[in-house]
Amino acid sequence: MDSEQYPFLSGMKTGLPIALGYLPIAVAFGALAVQSGIQAETTVLMSLLVYAGASQFMAVGMLLSGAGALQIIAATFFLNLRHMIMSMVVSKNLPDSHFGWKALFSFGITDETFALLTFEGAKKGPSPSLPSVAGLLLSAYLAWVFGTVLGCLGSSIIPTRLSDSMVIGLYAMFIGLLIPNIRRSLKTGLIAGISMLFCYGFNTFLDQGWSIVLATIFGAAAGAAFLGERS
Amino acid sequence: MKMIGIVLGMALVTYIPRVLPAVFMHRIFFPAWFERWLRSIPYAALGALIFPGILLVDKGHPEVGLVGGGIAMMLAYLRLHIIFVMTGAILGVLLMQNLGWVL
Repeated sequence: MDSEQYPFLSGMKTGLPIALGYLPIAVAFGALAVQSGIQAETTVLMSLLVYAGASQFMAVGMLLSGAGALQIIAATFFLNLRHMIMSMVVSKNLPDSHFGWKALFSFGITDETFALLTFEGAKKGPSPSLPSVAGLLLSAYLAWVFGTVLGCLGSSIIPTRLSDSMVIGLYAMFIGLLIPNIRRSLKTGLIAGISMLFCYGFNTFLDQGWSIVLATIFGAAAGAAFLGERS
Repeated sequence: MKMIGIVLGMALVTYIPRVLPAVFMHRIFFPAWFERWLRSIPYAALGALIFPGILLVDKGHPEVGLVGGGIAMMLAYLRLHIIFVMTGAILGVLLMQNLGWVL
């Protein structure tokens, strides 16, 4: 495929590894959410409108632990605040474009698309064309939404016995996200550990929802204090 | 209805940090400490999400969550894909809950 001739399609191809990675996780999300009692339509709507994996899993977990709307939205805000930096870096690398395009593209910023766009941009030198970026972002987004739909549909065939044990899947997902980071830098594990202690402490006099929110804020502040110059 | 509100609220607070730098990029400046704080948030959030919540996976049986978490840690340490980490932990807890280990 000639990337000069079909930049949109070649962008979609570049995004394929992300799409393939998203698909099973989105299936797991859809199945878990429906098993947790969230309606399939609402679950798909969440993937369509929020499109931020970790916070969607978090919302399911917090709902299960009885957290209220405000706590879930506050925790989501802080968890996804990191996209600010990513969005800034990505939009710097994009060619000048219309206000509307930038606003639309920014919706597609995730940890993974950010990493790929930044990495690919550095490799290829000049900034990627708008259609190719659109293709990349769209393939990742479609995989996330499509996977969620599949998971919702599939959840009805999951036996109750299994679904009772599926809550641990949420925590396994968080652990699975954390461990590779700790491998790379022990400091990340230290930040997580401090935050765990904060959360445990807050939990002695606050409910779990606010404990998670506050522990995230203070744990990250403690991390920032001794992180120093980390790339 | 409450769920729709949560979804819309989550969508809003997720989109704002994404769109602001893209649209007003040239006017935004972050001090270094703020950037460090932002970068630390995901790890802090993961920590707070995992513990102590994992102890409540099976109410009254904190060991279930601990074993499931231990399996997840091992599988993740072996660099398995996250979907296998999740599957392994679920199967481990399934066995534990259905083979009568939890009395």
